Amino acid sequence: MSPSRKPSKTSRRSVYHRPVSLVNKPTHFCPGCGHGTAHKLIAEVLDSLKIREKTIGVAPVGCAVMAYYYLNCDISEAAHGRTPAVATGIKRCLPDRIVFSYQGDGDLAAIGMAETIHAANRGENITVIFVNNSVYGMTGGQMAPTTLSGQKTVTSPCGRDARTMGSPIRVCELLNTLDAPWHIERVALDSPAGIRKTRKALLTAFKGQMEGKGYSLIEILSPCPIHMRLSPMEAVRFVKEGMIPAFPLGVFRMGGKPAV
Amino acid sequence: MRKRVLMNGNDAIGEGAIRAGCDAYFGYPITPQNELTSYMANHMQAHGRVFIQAESEVAAVNMVFGAAVTGRRAMTSSSSPGISLKQEGLSYLAAAELPSVIVNVQRGGPGLGNIAPSQSDYFQATKGGGHGDYHLIVLAPYTVQEMHDFTINAFALADRYRNPVMLLTDGRLGQMMEPLTLYSGLPHKIPPKPWALTGARGRKPNHIRSLLLEEGALEQRNLHLQAKYKTIMNELVGYDEYLTHDATVLVVAYGSSARIARGAVDQARAKGVKAGLLRPITLWPFPRARIRQLARKVHGILVVEMSAGQMIEDVQLSAGDRIPIAFEGRMGGGIPEESAVVRAMQRLAKSSPRSARK
Repeated sequence: MSPSRKPSKTSRRSVYHRPVSLVNKPTHFCPGCGHGTAHKLIAEVLDSLKIREKTIGVAPVGCAVMAYYYLNCDISEAAHGRTPAVATGIKRCLPDRIVFSYQGDGDLAAIGMAETIHAANRGENITVIFVNNSVYGMTGGQMAPTTLSGQKTVTSPCGRDARTMGSPIRVCELLNTLDAPWHIERVALDSPAGIRKTRKALLTAFKGQMEGKGYSLIEILSPCPIHMRLSPMEAVRFVKEGMIPAFPLGVFRMGGKPAV
Repeated sequence: MRKRVLMNGNDAIGEGAIRAGCDAYFGYPITPQNELTSYMANHMQAHGRVFIQAESEVAAVNMVFGAAVTGRRAMTSSSSPGISLKQEGLSYLAAAELPSVIVNVQRGGPGLGNIAPSQSDYFQATKGGGHGDYHLIVLAPYTVQEMHDFTINAFALADRYRNPVMLLTDGRLGQMMEPLTLYSGLPHKIPPKPWALTGARGRKPNHIRSLLLEEGALEQRNLHLQAKYKTIMNELVGYDEYLTHDATVLVVAYGSSARIARGAVDQARAKGVKAGLLRPITLWPFPRARIRQLARKVHGILVVEMSAGQMIEDVQLSAGDRIPIAFEGRMGGGIPEESAVVRAMQRLAKSSPRSARK
């Protein structure tokens, strides 16, 4: 990343700076949570594309509802799951602005599935950032549509049973059946390499939106140590060894045609 | 130039929205308001405005939220079951103080009900409807002309008070055709909206939010909203009166029922009952003070509604228990007959203790 702030006189060589698009403030997220990293990556991308001042974000209901505390751009809340509908209203009224929604798995794939599919199917020129950590975080670790088979949560105490609770929903694959989306990609915050890939995916998605390419969805597999009932390091391993096999990484769609 | 045309009520609302400078319309099919959604589909794009047929009423009202967030004038319309689905969105719109216009072309309920006209969503419209302490401004047209004019006014009021405005009408007014004069003025001027989300160019970021977790913050927001509602109650009450100057029996009715009641007032007068009509134009704020005033001189009040009796509660609150307050209405899509309203007035005129004293 190019430095977005001038190096102070005392430092000899600056290799990293807090993005201007990120507010200098400790987050409320739990130790080891992926949201902080995801926020930072978005901020870096807004900086590098120089779009902070024309970007409007839509925050979900859930852990990331307070995104406006951390991201230094215009942000609206939305009712639970209605994030893509609110983003649609914003983008259609201000087509020259950059509009993104930031949603968790409950918001996007449970209560907001209809809005998710239809915004994608209309090919809205927005970027949907989907943070999949396999549980409801803010409400206390309930089963999400992306909870793995057998995974224990407070509402699947014996483990998710596919026979009565369904199997984890693979959102990228689902949306890839539609004609309109331009870019669908799944990445993971499971390693430094994964974080770099995530940044690149976000950059591609936002750039595409700037060029009017259309709908993009970046699914980010992300750790939630508290509700995965794991230590931060173990949670990262769970993302790598538990979630990635269930949610294969990759570019599902690039340039308006199915990539796989 | 004033243009006189023949239109149905739903189309008249659509044309009113377009002439009011509505930037974005979001709808979902439901009878008996479908003409309005089609009208917007046919005309919004031609004017370079936004039209989306949403995937649900829920999505439509949240698209309105998104459009309103940008400071643009936005509208959605539906009918009773669909309006129920929009209630969460209305609570959010009210909480975030986003100007917006919502049209309810009421049909019979509860449940899926039927597609005949009804006025059974009065409670929902005027008392909040969604969760939390909030109010919509509620306008009740009673002619196709008013469907058109009130729509235009709704956008102005929404902007003036930063509040969602509901046009509460019904399937009868929506589908009937009447001549009307189209609005030929300019759209009202949009007040400055420094709160709108347009990208934080050269300013601090704006946030539209209704989650207020900080100690006392939500109470402050509520106090602010209540102060605003008080201002609206002081400034906005609207009603229309017919032959109330010497009336001894007062009829209170709005919308379709007021049309029937007006005819009934004429008939009752021909039969020797000094009847008069008060027609609330704003259902919220409700014309409490005027009804209280009239209650001091009439012998009885008859409330006519196409419901089990909902507005009657506001009439009772306004008039107190000094005089008898009777009700005449039908439910489930039934329309009160003029003759039944006349008979109810005659009964009231005979039974009222105040008239008996004379």
